[in-house]
Amino acid sequence: MSQKFRQSEGGRIDRGEPLSFTFDGQIFEGYRGDTVASALLANGVHLVGRSFKYHRPRGIVSAGVEEPNALIDCNVTEAERGTREANNRATVTELRQGLTTRSVNAFPSLRFDLGAINTLLARFFPAGFYYKTFLVSTRLWHGLIEPIIRRAAGLGVSDESPDIARYDAHYLHADVVIVGAGPTGLQAARTAAQSGARVILVEQDSLCGGSLLRDPVTIDGKDAESWINDVTADLAAMSNVRVMTRTTLSGIFDHNMLTALERVTDHLDPGQAGLHTPRMRWHRIRARQVVLATGAFERPLVFRNNDLPGIMFASAVETYLQRYGVRAGDRGVFVVNNDMALSAAIKAHHAGIEVSVVDVREADRSQRNEGPNARSLRDLGVPVHTGHTVIAAHGARRVSGVEIAPMTLDGGKISGESRVLACDFLATSGGYNPIVHLHCQSGAKLDFDPETACFVPGPPNPTTPSLSAGACRGVFGLNQALIDGADAATRAVSALGATVGPIDAVSDGPVGKGTMPVSSSDDAHDGDLRIRHLWLLPSDKPTSKGGKYWVDFQNDVTAADLELAVRENFRSVEHIKRYTTLGMATDQGKTSNINALGILSDVLGVTIPEIGTTTFRPPYTPTTFGAIAGREPGDFLDVARVTPMHDWHEANGALFEDVGQWKRAWYYPRPGEDIHAAVDRECRAVREGVGLLDASTLGKIVVKGPDAATFLNRVYTNKWLKLPVGRCRYGLMLGEDGMIMDDGVSSRLGEDEFLMTTTTGGAASVLTHLEDYLQTEWTDLKVYLTSVTEQWAVASLNGPRARDLLAELCTDIDLSPEAFTFMSWQDATVVGIKARIFRISFTGDLAFEINVPADQGMALWSALMTAGSKYGITPYGTEAMHVLRAEKGFIIVGQDTDGSLNPYDMGMDWIVGADKNDFIGKRSLSRKDMADPLRKQFVGILTEDPSVVLPEGAQLVSAEDAPAQAFPKSPVPMQGHVSSSYWSSAAGRSIAMGIVKGGLARKGERLIVPLEDGRNVPVTLGDPIFFDNQGERQHG
Amino acid sequence: MLLIRCPYCEQDRPEVEFSYAHQAHKPRPEEAEGTLDDHNWARWVYYRKNIKGVAHERWYHAAGCRKFFNAVRDTVSSEVLATYRSGETPPIEESRIEGEEISFEYERTTEPTSAEEGK
Repeated sequence: MSQKFRQSEGGRIDRGEPLSFTFDGQIFEGYRGDTVASALLANGVHLVGRSFKYHRPRGIVSAGVEEPNALIDCNVTEAERGTREANNRATVTELRQGLTTRSVNAFPSLRFDLGAINTLLARFFPAGFYYKTFLVSTRLWHGLIEPIIRRAAGLGVSDESPDIARYDAHYLHADVVIVGAGPTGLQAARTAAQSGARVILVEQDSLCGGSLLRDPVTIDGKDAESWINDVTADLAAMSNVRVMTRTTLSGIFDHNMLTALERVTDHLDPGQAGLHTPRMRWHRIRARQVVLATGAFERPLVFRNNDLPGIMFASAVETYLQRYGVRAGDRGVFVVNNDMALSAAIKAHHAGIEVSVVDVREADRSQRNEGPNARSLRDLGVPVHTGHTVIAAHGARRVSGVEIAPMTLDGGKISGESRVLACDFLATSGGYNPIVHLHCQSGAKLDFDPETACFVPGPPNPTTPSLSAGACRGVFGLNQALIDGADAATRAVSALGATVGPIDAVSDGPVGKGTMPVSSSDDAHDGDLRIRHLWLLPSDKPTSKGGKYWVDFQNDVTAADLELAVRENFRSVEHIKRYTTLGMATDQGKTSNINALGILSDVLGVTIPEIGTTTFRPPYTPTTFGAIAGREPGDFLDVARVTPMHDWHEANGALFEDVGQWKRAWYYPRPGEDIHAAVDRECRAVREGVGLLDASTLGKIVVKGPDAATFLNRVYTNKWLKLPVGRCRYGLMLGEDGMIMDDGVSSRLGEDEFLMTTTTGGAASVLTHLEDYLQTEWTDLKVYLTSVTEQWAVASLNGPRARDLLAELCTDIDLSPEAFTFMSWQDATVVGIKARIFRISFTGDLAFEINVPADQGMALWSALMTAGSKYGITPYGTEAMHVLRAEKGFIIVGQDTDGSLNPYDMGMDWIVGADKNDFIGKRSLSRKDMADPLRKQFVGILTEDPSVVLPEGAQLVSAEDAPAQAFPKSPVPMQGHVSSSYWSSAAGRSIAMGIVKGGLARKGERLIVPLEDGRNVPVTLGDPIFFDNQGERQHG
Repeated sequence: MLLIRCPYCEQDRPEVEFSYAHQAHKPRPEEAEGTLDDHNWARWVYYRKNIKGVAHERWYHAAGCRKFFNAVRDTVSSEVLATYRSGETPPIEESRIEGEEISFEYERTTEPTSAEEGK
């Protein structure tokens, strides 16, 4: 049965290049130029999938991107792991040698699917089934119903292994982007190109031509194929034009930023793609003008069992016949509500198919009402049943017949005996829907044209302008469309300020004349567009009885579902959409939305424009995530900043913690150590000997200028004017709301120069904050800011032996406590490297922070480690740093504070220079609420059992509120939460800090920390300091 | 993605280079304490006009020259009507399509008071 339905000649396929492929394990043959759908149809295969909800047998209905049914997984063998792609539309998947595909959602097989029992149970799965089920019992939902639905519903299976393909990102700029290379788009492109403007023509198909590919008209005295070839060849020869086929313009964003997905290699046979050729390219195109020539979709008719395999769009039957040389069957019935679609019936008749026609339009015995195509068919001897409706389609896995009956003139009901026309395919046309997706994405509105029952583009959005032309704005006739395309291009070009001249004006333009082509198309194309709107074809039974009337094929939504939603009082189309899931499948309702609106308008008794459409969102068709990620997956997803000593940390087994974009050494486990053992050892080394921390990541900003001290005085809460050169001071920075924003030590390098340090994560936002004030508020201050974070490497030497070690390596300054006091800095030479040493401490122990130029960081670190070995020098990471600072009650902004805490809340009154004239946040601190004694305040938290380490984030509750069980039934008032919690070997117990309502006045009070496991841990509030309470060690 | 003209770089640049920096022409009251009562101070700190229509905005050329500047933008259509440097007079007035203007006076009082707090 090899390609039994293939015509012996004709079409845009290459019969000289046969290709074999598999579908559900069976080997088929097709030709170069085929899609999977056309090749399957050539082999007589219509049944290609099972539906989402009811597992209904489904067939190919379209020949394009709107296909709701024919979804296939591609590259499905084990050997192709990493390249499998789920839910491709077979109608646009180009055939290549050895392509492997399978149907979706069928179990155990496509022909015999157990899930089809859902059809028999359909009355238990009405619209809003999920929502109704939620209401029954959440336990039933999670335990029973959801797992069953997840197994039964769904489409293709995603590849869980990493995508091995490579994707590229391109940025393009164009004067005019034209979307769609059908007759309208081609004519627009050649018109725009003549002006010399930079033109990009984007076509999603592998071929240019659009509707001409299925319609052998004559244009400019040439057959359609020659005309397409000539125009595209001319365009290709022009240096100002780029034609991009296999490229989907997927989105329009503000100011005409367009996104386009180019499929580069999927259609190539194995081994044909270049080694470095990406699978796809993701183009971001900035366009000055956009012309949309996106065409129209044919609209299905809604009748009983309209989803049987073998029921297709008339235009699809025509496309398969003309473009692919494939007959949809041997015996076809065309059911239409317009005359234009019948050109397909004429072609089918000429191809030897036995054709009959059912025209739902008003019966008129004299046939004066008949369109030209219907007339031609009658002349050809084809039976035409005017004024008839379809009562039902018959068949199991393929349509076998259609039951028709005459209708009353108003189309309200049956007016005569029904009869069955036998067939093996059914071609339908319910009119055409202009493809207005991109127009709507640009922010422009739609108008409703009652004549064609179409939504057509309204005026363009002036800030993201685009001009629609041809069928996508309801201009269906070929000659009018050609004129419309040229006209839109002319307007686009003149909006640019250029004029469209004869093609000769462009030096490299080889095209002869810019004259308007004339096509041979006659009334059949351009004349009769009258449509009879019967949103539901009348039948002998209501929609809820007998077979279903399918509206949304991909999500299995029926006319009865829509009617039910309205009965349940849903009125807004957005609500009905979500309740019934209409239009929410991967095809986004391309074939279903307008029919649903028509049905709803009948049920609700309002007009279609009153109902309105749902929102059109990008992407226009499904887009591979990999293409959007481009070259930035994995390690390239975000910037990783590393310190000059990073390699040493890595070589010495450090585990890393992300702090902002920085990789900071977290702790350095020795063999056999867990995090607790390692951190404990690192902490003890600092308290008893000497430890070394890489502090290079702290933000460093040079504040320079005659007004530098004044500036710091205004951005910090405390006083800075009189800080002597050579001294350092801790500063707290607030926002204007009085809440703590950042903190750090700043040092006076000279009369008019300071070095400010910020938190690692806050460096960038602090710099922006400071720039903001300098540029816009205090423009009179003479201050410059320079970020020097990455210019310096910082090794922080901490512990009682720090001075002994440093003295061995730094001999040009006196390191004694008298000569080099706490909170001062000095220039010095350390192991021959020029350094700046700061005597500041974040551990509460004797500390020297040694700053050297970044490229000397590793040398300094290595020298310290080598010389320090006799003191047992221990590198420590951020986790030990956190424990050590917590022992001293030093806060970490962003961990112990959360943007709602002011200095008073943190018990830091000492740092607020209340008598200063002004500083950022000062006025807010005097607001009444800031002094509320019931604000949440920072306290120490000690567990009664010293061995219990509280989890950070745990809640504190009053003793009388202690819950009797984990997850109590009723909520318990929270008093606060734990912000920092550690095991402290220096304190010999667990330590914690947190914020508690009115906490500063509640020290000594006993509270309860209820834990997830049901334990209630008693704690006592106290001061947030647990070691060296007098603060003597840091002066050491 | 918007195209925004940086008045310092004098180039049209894509939105990703910029950060929005809130309402423009809202200078910080100087020597704050004692000049604004709590009510009006809270208005300065917390309230924004949130105009539907033509609004004066501040933008920051974060991935460019790092300058703060002002823009006149239609918040409905996202059209950027003009950009100008800090300190310059807006070339186009603000206008609201609908909604009420929140009173936003820097009513300076001689004495600090919290009488209006909580209103």
